[in-house]
Order: sequence, then C-alpha cells, then structure tokens
Amino acid sequence: MPKDHGIGASNKRREDVRFLTGTGNYTDDINVNGQAYVYFLRSDVAHGRINKVDTSDAEAMPGVVRIFTGKDFEGVGGLPCGWLVTDKHGQPMQEPGHPVLAQGKVRHVGDPIAAVVADSLAQARDAAEAIVLDIEELPAVVNMKAALADGAPKVHDDLANNLCYDWGFVEENKGAVEDAFAKAAHVTTLELVNNRLIANPMEPRVAVGDFSRATGESTLYTTSQNPHVIRLLMGAFVLGIPEHKLRVIAPDVGGGFGTKIFHYAEEAFCTFAAKALNRAVKWTASRSEAFMSDAHGRDHVSKIELALDADNNFTALRTETYANMGAYLSTFAPSVPTWLHGTLMAGNYRTPLIYVNVKAVFTNTVPVDAYRGAGRPEATYQLERVIDKAARELGVDPVALRRQNFIQPDQFPYATPVAVEYDTGDYDATMDKLIEIADFSGFDKRLAESKARGKLRGLGVNCYIEACGIAPSNLVGQLGARAGLYESATVRVNATGGIVVMTGSHSHGQGHETTFPQVIAEMIGIDESMVEIVHGDTSNTPMGMGTYGSRSLAVGGSAMVRAAEKVINKAKKIAAHLLEASEADIELKDGQFSVAGTDKSVAWGDVTLAAYVPHNYPLENLEPGLEETAFYDPSNFTYPAGAYACEIEVDPDTGKVTIERFAAADDFGNVVNPMIVEGQVHGGLAQGIGQALLEGAVYDENGQLLTGSYMDYAMPRASDVPFYSVDHSCQTPCTHNPLGVKGCGEAGAIGSPPAVVNAVVDALQRAGKPVTHIDMPLSPARVWAAMNG
Amino acid sequence: MTKVEMTVNGKSVSGDVEGRTLLVQFLRDGLGLTGTHVGCDTSQCGACVVHVNGVAVKSCTMLALEADGADVSTIEGQAAPDGTLNVIQQAFQDHHGLQCGFCTPGMVMSAAALLKDNPKPTEAEIRHYLEGNICRCTGYHNIVKAIMAASGQDVGAVAAE
Repeated sequence: MPKDHGIGASNKRREDVRFLTGTGNYTDDINVNGQAYVYFLRSDVAHGRINKVDTSDAEAMPGVVRIFTGKDFEGVGGLPCGWLVTDKHGQPMQEPGHPVLAQGKVRHVGDPIAAVVADSLAQARDAAEAIVLDIEELPAVVNMKAALADGAPKVHDDLANNLCYDWGFVEENKGAVEDAFAKAAHVTTLELVNNRLIANPMEPRVAVGDFSRATGESTLYTTSQNPHVIRLLMGAFVLGIPEHKLRVIAPDVGGGFGTKIFHYAEEAFCTFAAKALNRAVKWTASRSEAFMSDAHGRDHVSKIELALDADNNFTALRTETYANMGAYLSTFAPSVPTWLHGTLMAGNYRTPLIYVNVKAVFTNTVPVDAYRGAGRPEATYQLERVIDKAARELGVDPVALRRQNFIQPDQFPYATPVAVEYDTGDYDATMDKLIEIADFSGFDKRLAESKARGKLRGLGVNCYIEACGIAPSNLVGQLGARAGLYESATVRVNATGGIVVMTGSHSHGQGHETTFPQVIAEMIGIDESMVEIVHGDTSNTPMGMGTYGSRSLAVGGSAMVRAAEKVINKAKKIAAHLLEASEADIELKDGQFSVAGTDKSVAWGDVTLAAYVPHNYPLENLEPGLEETAFYDPSNFTYPAGAYACEIEVDPDTGKVTIERFAAADDFGNVVNPMIVEGQVHGGLAQGIGQALLEGAVYDENGQLLTGSYMDYAMPRASDVPFYSVDHSCQTPCTHNPLGVKGCGEAGAIGSPPAVVNAVVDALQRAGKPVTHIDMPLSPARVWAAMNG
Repeated sequence: MTKVEMTVNGKSVSGDVEGRTLLVQFLRDGLGLTGTHVGCDTSQCGACVVHVNGVAVKSCTMLALEADGADVSTIEGQAAPDGTLNVIQQAFQDHHGLQCGFCTPGMVMSAAALLKDNPKPTEAEIRHYLEGNICRCTGYHNIVKAIMAASGQDVGAVAAE
C-alpha cells in the first residue's frame, strides 16, 4: 500500500493551486509604486574597444530619467567569482575583472554598455536607439583551441593570454596512468564535443531594485535560486552594502536549472540605480536578452582514452578537455569542469588510475557556468560513450562490459582515484531493474517491426553516478570555493501547534512547499496541513546557500530535520513536566507525548500551548517558546546512480532520429514524495534528450550568436519525447544524512545524453554503417551525413 | 492613447492603450491579471495563451486594440467563483503536470482549446497540439497524461505519475 501521508506519500502539490489559477507571484508580477524601467543597450559585436558612448541626444528623449554607462561604475566593485581553481603548477587561475557595465571594451555579444532608465520601458528602449556608440571592432576569439594559439587576440588585455587555468587531476597519478596505458591490451580513444546549451527556464530573468531613504535599506526582488548568496556577493563585493541593509527576495521563480544561481550585472544595476535615483528600477529580460546574457552551459571539447587489460578490466582512464569559460568568469564557472567533473570520471567503475586535464579558456562568448548537472553530465557523457565504443571494438556486450567493471556492493564505502568516497550503491541492481522496465527481451521484436517499416532501430544503454547534495564546506573550501555550502532551517512552532519552517533552500519548481511538510509531519505525527514552508526572502529565512546541485532535501531537508529534532527534544521536556514524568520516559507518536508503559499522554497542541502560555512550566530550567534553528553541513556528497536505456528509430532517408522508448532506473536512496521525484526525472530526461538531439548554442566565427531565439534554438517540444518509464525502487540510502536521501534533480539530464547517442550508433552499426560517433546534437543532417559519409 | 473596451473573464473592462500595446501587456499591466506570462519574444513558447472569442491566441502577438470589443478569457477565469479548479486544472494537479508553474497558464488554456475541438484526443494528437507551448520542467510526460485524464481517458496504463 502506498503511504497516504508523511515520508513516502505522493502528496499532491499545494503550490499548484496558485500556479493553476494565475495567482503565483513571480518577480515580473511585482511592481513597486513609482518604479522606473531600465533597458540595457548591449553590444552587438563580440569584441570591441569602446571609444565613445554619446548619450546626450538620448538623455533629452521623453521620459528618460538617467542614462548610466561604465563610467558610473568606476568606483564600484565588479561581479565576483565564487571559486578559485589552482592550476597543475599550483598557481591561481587567471581571474579577470567583470564590470557591471562594460568599461573600455566589450567582450561578447550582449555585454551591457549603457543602461537607460525611463518612466516606461518603451521610452527607455526608444532612448537607447538614440545613444551614439563609437566602438572599434576587434578580432574575436570563439574557438577554444584558436584562442590558445600564439598571437590570438586577447579577451582581456591585462591577462597573459586566454588560458584561465590548466588543471591536472590527480597530477601525482599522471605517470602511473601513462605506465598503465603502455601496458594495456586494448586502448579505446574517442574525441567528442559536449555541446553548448542555454538553460532556458521559461521565466526570463527579472530584477526590481528598491531603496528606502527612511531606513537606508535596499531591496532587490530577483529571479534567483539562492537569494542569500546574491545578497552576500552583491552586498559585499559589488555595492558595499552590509547584509542588514540589503534584503533580497526571490519569490515564485519560474525554473532555474542552474542559470539562476549566479549573480548578474542586472541585479547589481537595479539595486545601485534605485539608490542613486531614490526610485525603484525594474528590469525584465526579453528572451533575446536571456539568450545573450544568461550564463550558458556545457561547451567542452574532449579527448578520452580508456585502457583495458586482456580480460577487459578497465586499467586506466585519461582525458583532456577544453572548457569554455566565455568572456568573464561567472559565479561558479571555474568549478564546473574541474571539481564537478574530474571527480566523477570514475563513474560506477573500479578503474584504478585516472588522470584528468582541463584547460579553461576565455572566448568572446557569453559566460559559461553550471547548467543542470554541471560537469557531471560532461563526465558521464565521455565515460559512457568511450565504454560503449570499447565494447563495440572488443565485440562484447556493452552491458556485460559495464557489469564486469562495476564497483561491487561489498566495496562501499569506495574511495575512487579521483578524490571522492562513494558511501553506498548497487549498480547491478539498477541495471537489472533497467533491463526489466526497458523490456530488453522485447527489443528484437520491435527491431523487426521497425525494419518492416523501413526504419533503423537501436538500443543504447549507459550508467551514471553523480556527486550531489553539495556539499561539505571544509572540503569545498580546500578545493577553492569561496563560500560555505551548508544549509539552514528554522522550525517555528506556534502556540496552537502549527509550524512554520523557514528554509534557506529555494523552490523554483521542485515542490518544497509540499515535500518538506511531509518530513515534519512524519517526525511529529501530525497532518501536513499544520506545516507551512517559508523560503526565498533573506529577511525571514536564516542564511542559506539555496538550491542547486540536487541539494535541497539532502542538505536543506537535513537542516530542517536537525531543527525539528531540537524542537522535539524541548517539547519532550515540557511534556515531561506536564505529565510529571521523567523526560527519558517520554515518547512522541502520532502527535501525542506519552509516558512509556503508561496510559498517560498529552497532545502536541497542549505542549505547544504550554510553551507560549507558560503558567504550568519549568521556567527555572527551560525558556518559554518553541523555535529552533539548525545549520547542517554534510560530511560528504551524496551519490545517486542509475542505469538508463534509450530506444530510437532512424529514418534512413532523412537521418531524423525519434525517441521510441526511454527507461530510467535510479537509486536516489530514500524518497519522500515519489510523484515529485518521478517528475524531476522526467524533466531531466527531456533536457538530456534535448541536448542529444536538438539543442546547441551556435556562434559564428565572428562571435555572433546564431541561436538567439526559440526560432533558432531548438527546445524540446511535447512531440519530441515519449512517455518515459522511470523507477526508483532500488534504494541504497545515503549513510551520512538523517533522511538517507541522495537527490534527484539532475539525474535525468546527466544520464540521458549518452543513452541517446549510444542508441543511434547502435542503430547505424546494426545497419552496417561504420559509424562510431556523431557529435550532439544529432540533427537529421548530422546523422544523414554520418550514414552516407 | 486610445480607449479599448473588452470583456475579460465575464467582466466589462476598459483602459487607455498605445497603438503598440500588446494584449498581454494590457492584461498584465492594465488589468493586473498577471497569470498570463511572457516567456519569449517570438510567439514560440505559449506561456501567454488566452482565449479571444473562444479561440486560443498568443496574447503577445495580438495588439490590445485588436481585442477591442472581444470576449477574452484568461487563466484567472478558469476556476469556479468558489475557487474549485476546473477539470483541466484539477487534472494538472492530480497528475503533477506542472513544476515551476510559469508555462502552466498557457498549457491549461491550450489544453482547454484542444478539448473543446477534440474531446478525446490521442497521445499523439495532444503532443502535436502542444507544438506551440514549451515547458522546460516536466518533460511533458505528466502534461500529456493530465490532458488525457481531463478528457476522461484512463491513464492507468501510462507508467509513472
């Protein structure tokens, strides 16, 4: 019987009612009395020297309040980078400045040059057209390898070159890895591109800055996954506003997928301008602006080599990756190709020796940072593609080759050669489940049916593992993070027993308002309707790091559990007093405190009332009230893992690929709300299928973004994907967080691209085509060209 | 500025608009009906779908003046006056057909238009009809399932929620 409440129940989402009735409160729905509007004049060249920005005509236009340029920000801090990567020689990465408005040079199409504030958006836009720009266009660097060539134009004149860092991991293993390759019975090599993507949450970014002269307090409403992080970065590093004078509110946020983690220039501008003008300033991105100002994702060019012995055991792995940083370092950009990527190269396998080299490169493109999965999809794609290629070269079953090299259940905790320790897992179990739900046994029949219709059919399989629940602060601190990565929660119990949980996590589609109360309800034995979740406002939530890296339940939920435990411990003391019993004998079940072995009990609500009306209360030993805060810093990452299978058809006449079936068997540890977990996987799968078949941000050689709208950038539509078959019944609970949960938000996007590509290669090879790889996205043109190569 | 009058969710409304004011801007900024969303500039994403004289329309692609005298229906007018969700809204909640909620108003309005013309659409027909509505969160699985359920079809055979 499925549970009908508490942990494990598929509770319907309470947040749905407002979203289904048009009563959500997204940032663009917020209007402050008297607000002005800002329009950013952005660079239409990828690289240029700003000789002059003449705003005199524009300033005289109707409704214009003021026009800001880079000069107005000369005394203001730049946008900070939150992660310092150290290169293979022990030197810090090259870290360029990132001004709020361009100073001296523009470095990518979309770089903001001037900000026109006017009474209406239309007036701001009209006035921007009257700004006279004198920009001397410079040669742009777009291709990463070209950017590293001698004499290449420099994105940042004050840096030595366009190399941000050259990272080796683990540098000490490099020699041993080379020895292992020299001794290998077989080496499989694959060069591949992890295509550049644009996250595209459906809600474009919005910022509304406000300022009160009465209190001296600045307020920023923004589309953010982590309002406290924005407050810290913007307040401390850009504008010099202390936290107690800066309030950041991220209300309902229409999707994030990573790109709303980062601190953006528009947020700083609106906050700055509101104070300068003593008037609220609002910015709403158009989708075109989103394409050229939201941080992009992926964009790796890699070579991976896998060494095997004569028995097909993996003996070593070596990768070299060029990772695009774009023109500036976005908030967490340097960590993505390194600590979120190199550490995952062991995958689900016992490969004893691994060496990862990553060269991060500046180019005249939009900054690149975390997008759903962030580094882990890139690692998984390389690894699972090279294993598939190896299996085909060796003539062995790709599933059998994987199974043979799996880390075995009795090997956990398992320390990989790339610095992480997996706590639990059972990779054969998820593979067994996959084979069942994907109906491998029926494949031959479906293959024959496809053939009868003149179509090619293929089956692709892969595994994945990810490190999420980000993360232990002391560990990430050693790795260069300039922030802690704990999470926080305050559990406030009201006098009549209702509970408000103020969490540092942020929900922008994940359903925290539904799932977090399920945990509290389970712990206390009360109905979920007695619990409310507050999030997204720095003024009424404890300092928290927000939501990304599949961390909300694993880290934020754990903080909530810790705070609730404190509440329960105190409530037991009160109950013991009321029941005239020893605290050690008090048990809490179904919302009743009882004395063990007796029929004496007192209800939750009686205890909470006593806490706030402490007439009969141990005041000499215990403070009144019932409210506790906890900060939870995990001791390790969590390691969700699974096995995915994709079945595709290829139209041999056109090269068009259709996804016929997709199955995902995941191990997320314990699951609080199965319905929501499955929804998270579905969404990740569509994004991964989108990457594999449709999506790709394309720049021309001059740095012009050719995919600047939904007419050019192919988002997955309903007809591009099938019904998915997903399963999370294989559960090896996390051993180090109190809920035993691992996180599920990114898995689908991490695990699905290699399954799709493996399936297409499988289909083409079954048809006798000597195709070993096609780079994503597998557009009809690319597939047709590969088939007819 | 020109005066425009229309019926929105059964109520007569009016306002002064510029020639360039889009219907969605009039709804959001003029009437405060912020349930209708703008997700793109190119009439691709469908977050702004409303019904104009019973027909699904992308309100970012219609001038407010073009809707003068029209009968407009938005997401705010879909539930009963007591707040009871309509059958499509309820199916979206029952089958987890939304996550961040931003595309949802357009999805619900498109689904209503589809079911009006085709009361028992197949899975393929639903997917085809939603060509003009992009969702980035759900992977469409539960949206398609919700629309099938709203049309009275048994979705028990569709694997997971």
